[in-house]
Amino acid sequence: AVLKKRLVKLVVNFLFYFRTDEAEPIGALLLEHCSITKEEENVFSISFIEEPERKYCFECATEEQCQEWVEALKRASYEFLRRSLIFYRNEIQKMTGKDPLEQFGISEEARFQLGAHRQ
Amino acid sequence: MKLNERSLAFYATCDSPADNAGFLYKRGERHTAYHRRWFVLKGNMLFYFEERDSREPVGVIVLEGCNVELCDSAEGFAFAIRFGGTKSRTYVLAAESQAAMESWVKSLSRASFDYMRLVVRELEKQLQEMCRGPAGGCEGSREPPGPWKPKPSGPEQSRERLPALPAIPPKENGCAVWNNVLGADRPPDTSGCGGHDEEENPRPPPLPPRRRTPSTFCRLHERYSREVARLRQDWQQKQRGPRP
Repeated sequence: AVLKKRLVKLVVNFLFYFRTDEAEPIGALLLEHCSITKEEENVFSISFIEEPERKYCFECATEEQCQEWVEALKRASYEFLRRSLIFYRNEIQKMTGKDPLEQFGISEEARFQLGAHRQ
Repeated sequence: MKLNERSLAFYATCDSPADNAGFLYKRGERHTAYHRRWFVLKGNMLFYFEERDSREPVGVIVLEGCNVELCDSAEGFAFAIRFGGTKSRTYVLAAESQAAMESWVKSLSRASFDYMRLVVRELEKQLQEMCRGPAGGCEGSREPPGPWKPKPSGPEQSRERLPALPAIPPKENGCAVWNNVLGADRPPDTSGCGGHDEEENPRPPPLPPRRRTPSTFCRLHERYSREVARLRQDWQQKQRGPRP
């Protein structure tokens, strides 16, 4: 496989990639249900749950940069954010006895609930 | 622009819970006829299928940087998802009842990743403040581990480091592990922010340092609730007025 130099940009739960001299991205990867794996030095890969043997490999300039990307990408999914929210909500509720989402009027929002299929 | 369509289709059809689902009428782009489609909202992605049991979505709308608003339409119960920018289109949808319309407008208005991130940061901040308090049940403030700063390219990327989720790490990043009740299974003496478990899982990193910029969450939420209040007023007025 040939390595091509790309500008890579993480925006919400999408990883966009550009040719280095172009303003429009060539493509994007939706980062849900994926695995971020540290490979050999300076390299990490992204693979998706429905096709785990297919790896999108990225080589970074330095090992430090590689670690930064791995950490950032592991937290990039909407589902990760949702789990974090539920976790914090739970923690605060345990400590204070109050649901922190109540004051914002969103405690009944389906997306913040754990479990059962809504609708 | 290429997209990992298979992964998108998987996300749309896998059994992770949807944030909303139902039939909506979608107005065509070129022809103004409405087509009935099965819509599924997951996270910040609004997928639509030809039929409820279709195996693949026919399209998706990414709900970032958009406004959800009511619109005047002969169809009734219509609302629009409007994107900024000259090249962006507006998606006009219509529900089959008042209740369905309200439910969709509400869930779509709060679907963006940005909104979620704001809520998370607000809760993070609250938790931090609690841990700093005198009677906090936490292990006290801890120093962040070295000058680590995540900085992938892109100005909008300033993701803060969250404490590692305890006890049950998901096998796949981003895979919804709804059956794992976070925090509920932890032993009682590890209450407090983050905590740590005695097993092989490493001690979670401490909460990130407090941001200097004031939280915009309250202002943002005020805006949303004003919007919802205004929408509600509009609906009530329309109900009183002549039927379309």
